[in-house]
Amino acid sequence: MITVEKLTKSFGPKLAVDHLTFSVAKGEVLGFLGPNGAGKSTSMRLITGYLPPSDGKISVCGFDVSEKSLEARRKVGYLPENAPIYSDMSVLGFLGFCAELRGLFGPAKKQAINRVVELCMLQRVLHQSVDTLSKGYRHRTCLAQAIVHDPEVLILDEPTDGLDPNQKHEVRSLIKRMGQEKAIIFSTHILEEVEAACTRALIIDQGKIVANGTPDELKARAPLAGTLVVGIRNLSWAKLQPQLKPLTNLERAELLSEEGSGVMARLHPKGAKGALLPELFDLAHRYNWSVEHLNVDEGRLDDVFRSITLPDTKKIE
Amino acid sequence: MKAIWTIAKRELGAYFSSPVAYVFIVIFLLLAGFFTFLVGRFFERGIADLAPFFVWHPWLYLFLVPAVGMRLWSEELRLGTLELLLTMPITPWQAILGKFLASWLFLLLALFLTFPLVLTVAYLGHPDFGAIFAGYAGSALLAGGFLAITCLTSSLTRNQVISFVLSVVICLFLILSGWPPVTDMVINWAPAWLVDALASVGVMTHFDAFQRGVIDSRDLLFFLSLMVFFLFTTSVVLRAHRA
Repeated sequence: MITVEKLTKSFGPKLAVDHLTFSVAKGEVLGFLGPNGAGKSTSMRLITGYLPPSDGKISVCGFDVSEKSLEARRKVGYLPENAPIYSDMSVLGFLGFCAELRGLFGPAKKQAINRVVELCMLQRVLHQSVDTLSKGYRHRTCLAQAIVHDPEVLILDEPTDGLDPNQKHEVRSLIKRMGQEKAIIFSTHILEEVEAACTRALIIDQGKIVANGTPDELKARAPLAGTLVVGIRNLSWAKLQPQLKPLTNLERAELLSEEGSGVMARLHPKGAKGALLPELFDLAHRYNWSVEHLNVDEGRLDDVFRSITLPDTKKIE
Repeated sequence: MKAIWTIAKRELGAYFSSPVAYVFIVIFLLLAGFFTFLVGRFFERGIADLAPFFVWHPWLYLFLVPAVGMRLWSEELRLGTLELLLTMPITPWQAILGKFLASWLFLLLALFLTFPLVLTVAYLGHPDFGAIFAGYAGSALLAGGFLAITCLTSSLTRNQVISFVLSVVICLFLILSGWPPVTDMVINWAPAWLVDALASVGVMTHFDAFQRGVIDSRDLLFFLSLMVFFLFTTSVVLRAHRA
């Protein structure tokens, strides 16, 4: 539904977006990750047609954003960064205004507003002036505006920014639910959000795509992904080390902590994923370890994020 | 067309949702009355016409029109709603016209509320209604011209005060450039074409014709092209904001 080809945008000498190429299909929720200033918002502004691209092609539902701008914009719902909203209007007035600009009048308009008010839980503030809303309600009002015409494509720039944990959860599940029949791109700084709501994530840094995959694929790229953390009672590190020798799939073992009567170690596997675990079970059986902790590290997105986007000198190990 | 009306409706709502609109109308009416009766000596003249009323309009509009229009785009820039508005399925022209028409309608409403003056002269004597109509038409066009200038200045900055001051300066230039004391000042050293050019962009000569009851197509064209030119420039500035 969204195809971006070699999209480039420069502001003077500064290259904000550098040959981005990706696509989002119906039923996909694409998470946009990246450090501040990586070009996330600029890319979204380009896709929504707010900024003209310096080079490259964007098409939304088959309409070229530069050439068939109006048709493309009709298909898109957009929540800009910081959820801008007219401060002199009421929530109802604002949603009515946006619905009319989207070509909804009369009963269709009323129905559309009722639908988004319910989805975004705005019943309580419907007649309140936007000026007096809390940040969470402001955000949800602007989100309601983005989905008032039930668009096929949704572009959300930090939709959960400024919301409390409960609201974040609600918005996340709303995005996930809507993602089943729409193509959604949303940007965020919160990595757990990507795991919770995205079918695919894109990490961009300095205008370039540096990683692209499902959250699980990305997590597998974490330096510690696939390692085993094992805690054994009544055993010392010195004794454990020789016992680990027969493990053929072990690359190296690393001591995490040794206190009192127990030891905690991290085992880095070698070769095929998951081959180390059965071996370890055999070993535990043979030496009659009293294992009190065993954990397969799935990798953490923020480790991936940091290892990809930090300059080499600052990379975590 | 519907989009233009939707935007105009929102802008009008924005005016009347705060007391500013009412304060503005009251100030406009008070000042118009003050100049007409006290400075213009409406009664002492003993002539049943509205010349002492219309003659002050350029000076009233010099400050009041920028005050009405200064927020049109500045506010959008400040709140960041420009991004929202321009990613809606509307053309920039629909947005520009909608906003312009809303403010113009508001100014026309203020102007319309001076109708008791017309009733007064009609009661006192036998005025020339044609001249009064022409005067009102000229005044409305002048307000529209100044408003287009304010549209441009407000699209330049997110700061309403800067937008106001810039607009007053440009309007003052247009008032003075056709004014004999000013043209006399440059006539001695400037080449003739410059003097002519200066005089022809001045709004006063064109506005005077309307006051005398003459609706000349050239004057009409002048004000219309003033509006088109500045609204077009606004669209250029808005496009530049997005590049």
